[in-house]
Amino acid sequence: MRQQLYYEDIEAGTEIGPLVKQPDTRQLVMWAGASSDYNPIHYDKDFAQSRGLPGVIVHGQLVCSFLGQLITDWIGERGGLKKLNCSYRGMNFPGQSITLKGKVTKKYLEDEEPRVECKVWAENPKGEKTVTGTATVAIPCEG
Amino acid sequence: MAADASNIEALKAKIGVEREVGTYEIEKGMIRKFARAIGDANPRWQDEANAVNRQYGNATAPPTMMLTIGLGQIEQELAVLPSMAILHGSTEMECHQAVKAGDNISVTIKLANLRERSGRDNSTMVFMIFELIYKNQRQDLVATCRQTLIGY
Repeated sequence: MRQQLYYEDIEAGTEIGPLVKQPDTRQLVMWAGASSDYNPIHYDKDFAQSRGLPGVIVHGQLVCSFLGQLITDWIGERGGLKKLNCSYRGMNFPGQSITLKGKVTKKYLEDEEPRVECKVWAENPKGEKTVTGTATVAIPCEG
Repeated sequence: MAADASNIEALKAKIGVEREVGTYEIEKGMIRKFARAIGDANPRWQDEANAVNRQYGNATAPPTMMLTIGLGQIEQELAVLPSMAILHGSTEMECHQAVKAGDNISVTIKLANLRERSGRDNSTMVFMIFELIYKNQRQDLVATCRQTLIGY
């Protein structure tokens, strides 16, 4: 059973994750099927190279969904993801790890409802941030 | 490319026009397939007996699953630019309500903005912002999304 996270447990600077993923081309094909994103730059190496890419690249929205998982794992069953923004700044390649991390930037009450804002990002094996974003979540108060 | 120039104009003519693209039934199998594609084993996406899902009466969908609903429609819009490769610039989503198996989600799509810029070798780059609105069978707003795509 996952432990429930409460508003009282969190402060600015609280770290989230890491969650580590190892996407391979098989996972990209599974994602293509599940998401209906059949852009060939994600499965056809020749096509990807003809477009100036070094090879097939990981779908941005797969990484965005990894970040969604980072957050939903963290906030627990009674938490809710309210907003998620992702900017795709660099490329991730199959066969290379993607490390998902986050950090709380602020917590506040919105119409008496507890809200937490975080920055979230994905790192490649060199530690470069390939996807950066923000998330806003609702989590319960313990009291 | 000359062939694309007129097609970019055709796309521009669609700026601001809202289009309902269809209704998607959210099935349990679809949710499982999506969760498996991410590698997310959270029982919330699998199990109707889960405490949270008892509240909703069915398996709930990972919030980012909405990003994939209607994605094929964006792809169709972009089919008028066959010589361009498309990269994803950014995604901004807002979730208003949990989506669960059995929901019927209708999607409205709008090309909100299109800008052209010169890329390397004087080639044309196109920045497009699509806005998507998701409603359930009760016409409740469940999510909104802005997708920035770059054609080059």
